[in-house]
Amino acid sequence: MEKLLNEFSIGLFFWQTLLFILLLLLLRKFAWKPILDAVNEREDGIKNALAAAEDAKKEMQNVTADSEKLLKEARAEREAMLKEAREIKDKLIADSKEQAKVEGDKMIQQAQAAIESEKKAAVADIKNQVADLSVAIAEKVIKEQLSNKDKQLKLVEDMLGDIELN
Amino acid sequence: MRMTYFTKFLFVAVLFVGGSVLARESEPSSDEPQKDLKTEIKEYIIHHLQDSHDFSLTSYTNDAGEHVYIGAPLPVILWDNGLQVFASSKFHHGEALAEVGGNYYALHHGKIYKTDAQGTINYDAAHHPTNAQPLDFSITKSVVMILITALLMFWLFSSLAKSYAKNGGVPTGMGRFFEPIVLYIRDDIARPNIGESKYKKYMPYLLTIFFFIWFLNIFGLTPLGVNVTGNIAVTLALALITFFLTNFTGTKDYWKHLFDPLGDTMPWYAKVPLYIILVPIELLGLIIKPFSLLIRLYANMQAGHIVLGSLIGLMFIFKSWLGSTMSFGLAFAISLIEVLVALLQAYIFTMLSALYFGFASAEHDHDHGHEEEPELMHL
Repeated sequence: MEKLLNEFSIGLFFWQTLLFILLLLLLRKFAWKPILDAVNEREDGIKNALAAAEDAKKEMQNVTADSEKLLKEARAEREAMLKEAREIKDKLIADSKEQAKVEGDKMIQQAQAAIESEKKAAVADIKNQVADLSVAIAEKVIKEQLSNKDKQLKLVEDMLGDIELN
Repeated sequence: MRMTYFTKFLFVAVLFVGGSVLARESEPSSDEPQKDLKTEIKEYIIHHLQDSHDFSLTSYTNDAGEHVYIGAPLPVILWDNGLQVFASSKFHHGEALAEVGGNYYALHHGKIYKTDAQGTINYDAAHHPTNAQPLDFSITKSVVMILITALLMFWLFSSLAKSYAKNGGVPTGMGRFFEPIVLYIRDDIARPNIGESKYKKYMPYLLTIFFFIWFLNIFGLTPLGVNVTGNIAVTLALALITFFLTNFTGTKDYWKHLFDPLGDTMPWYAKVPLYIILVPIELLGLIIKPFSLLIRLYANMQAGHIVLGSLIGLMFIFKSWLGSTMSFGLAFAISLIEVLVALLQAYIFTMLSALYFGFASAEHDHDHGHEEEPELMHL
């Protein structure tokens, strides 16, 4: 302890205190404050940049999700549209088939009716013609038969024979 | 031949230690030429540890038997019924009396005494001079080193600050080396010990004290070998600043804790007998904290210089190629360890200062007790 006290120099103590406090004040103003400010500013900048990047990433994710959703919707819509179209097509085809069938049936019926009436007309015509022909034939035959006396008599005889038979 | 980094490093280290050797080697004492080598080395080491009124680099005895000093005289400033300023060359390294304004002063073992015209120094029984000592405010070797360190630090860190402004907050050159240290002090010393809300106030002091001690410690290891941080006056000044800063920035809680360490945990009549013991202990802790700071730094640096000086001295005692080489190797190894110690002591001083500031500026939650804190307070 005595050695310590002996070594102690008030002059050195005085200069050390003075110079150190001076150095502290000067450094605080001209060095530490600007350095720490610059470092803090840089760190804040980095923090902000990171936060901004995070935000951008989130936004990007949102956008991706949105577009995903849109795409899904579009796909669903397309699907629906296609389905609808297919249904319409099927319905159209079915409808036209039905219609065609009805129309066809109608036409067939008409044709059948026409055929029937034509046939009837033709049969009637034929009947008339047959009648005419028969009459004509009968006329000719009668004329022939009635042209001489023998034949007229024979006829009468035949006819009478028939009546007898009846 | 290609020099690897390691050989370069060795080369520089040899110069480094070799320089110290040269600086120490050659001071045979002229007063008592019959001293043996061991005493001479011991005296030399003690002399080296002390502050000096000259900035002497080396000295030798020439052929004519005269002592030749290489170095510069420094101004001596005395307060002795008025300011006395003169160059230390007047003392001729303690060999002559300085006569200034009708007063005579003698330099005896690094201290200035007032004497009569013959330079008589009276001793008491314990061989201490009894002559009057004028107040000595001389610019000694240590003061010069402090000044140089201060200028160096100011130049270094203000140019670092300027480079930040110029480069948009990006460190360049020396800044790349010093910035991580600054950030380390901020993030690993100040923030955890003082707390996020208050650490900023203490940052300039912590940074200044760290670099100041570190640089001075390192300067102490150069061949210039100025033992500034191993000087009790310097460490006392530093510890006192920490002490005053701690107590001037102390919060209400800090003072309350000092004088009322148990708080509301028990009624006042139970506290009175306890406090007769507790409060003096708390107050003693107040003094012990800076005292441990000043002794720790002083003793570590002093011891390092003594060990290094002794090992270098061994080289001249052995005077054989084996012993001298071995003590050289040992001195070299200790030098390397001292480089580490230089950093470590700066770190410890800064760390403990931050810890004390942390105690002083802490705002306690009054819901919790203070149970675990008294132990920590006496670190």
